[in-house]
Amino acid sequence: MRLPEPGEEIPRLVKEPVGKLQLLHYAGASGDDNLVHTDVETARSVGLPSVIAHGMLSMGFLGQLLTDYAGAGSVRGIEVRFRRMVHLGDRLTCRGVVREVRGADGGHLVALRVWAENDGGEQVTEGDAEIWLGF
Amino acid sequence: MEIDRTLIGRASRVELHEVERGAIRRFAEAIGDREPLHLSGEIAPPTFPTTFHGELPGLALDKKRILHAGEEYRYHRPIRAGDALQVVWRVDDVYEKEGSLGRMTFIVIASEGRDGLGLLVYRSRSTLIYR
Repeated sequence: MRLPEPGEEIPRLVKEPVGKLQLLHYAGASGDDNLVHTDVETARSVGLPSVIAHGMLSMGFLGQLLTDYAGAGSVRGIEVRFRRMVHLGDRLTCRGVVREVRGADGGHLVALRVWAENDGGEQVTEGDAEIWLGF
Repeated sequence: MEIDRTLIGRASRVELHEVERGAIRRFAEAIGDREPLHLSGEIAPPTFPTTFHGELPGLALDKKRILHAGEEYRYHRPIRAGDALQVVWRVDDVYEKEGSLGRMTFIVIASEGRDGLGLLVYRSRSTLIYR
């Protein structure tokens, strides 16, 4: 691995389409028991066609984008806004573009713009992140 | 209940969260993460603090009315299996804003986790919309 340059895009992460089983597992693992994510009846009662993904799941995908690139424990910060709902069957592509690289703590801090987009090219979740590379 | 600026500064009790390998592993698997150190349960993925829950006295929100608008994590070091984290939550801000859906109430909840020595491990900020 080498030091990235500002403007450079890191390798994209294309996730499997969001399925009911993943939402059940995420609800259990995260402790977010809001039924709008796991129960179709509840989702319909608030005007949704079916269950929607936890916003935090899409942020988890962005975390994976970063640790796939820089390894476990490399993330110093991540901040996102949830812009659009993620529906059942949506396939998200996670992307990151380097904004700034500077020396710090005997390595380099890399600031990135990160986002998850659906197949329609809409950014569902977007924000900023900072990773530390130990070289 | 009334959600207004008098809630700012309200804090939870300090909750002890012992980080278990199995919990890290299940969380990584649910995301579909392939990182070996996450799947072995050794190091927690960056959004792991979302698994910690605490109660803010006087802030009983109806879940159906909450929209999650944003989330932030800042780390001093990664969370690892075996960490015993003391976590506290605090209402950092409450404000009203005119949005596409009319007037909305925003609630910002800040949190921090410290290790057994009292050293800061992470800080987080959640922005919620209450409709």
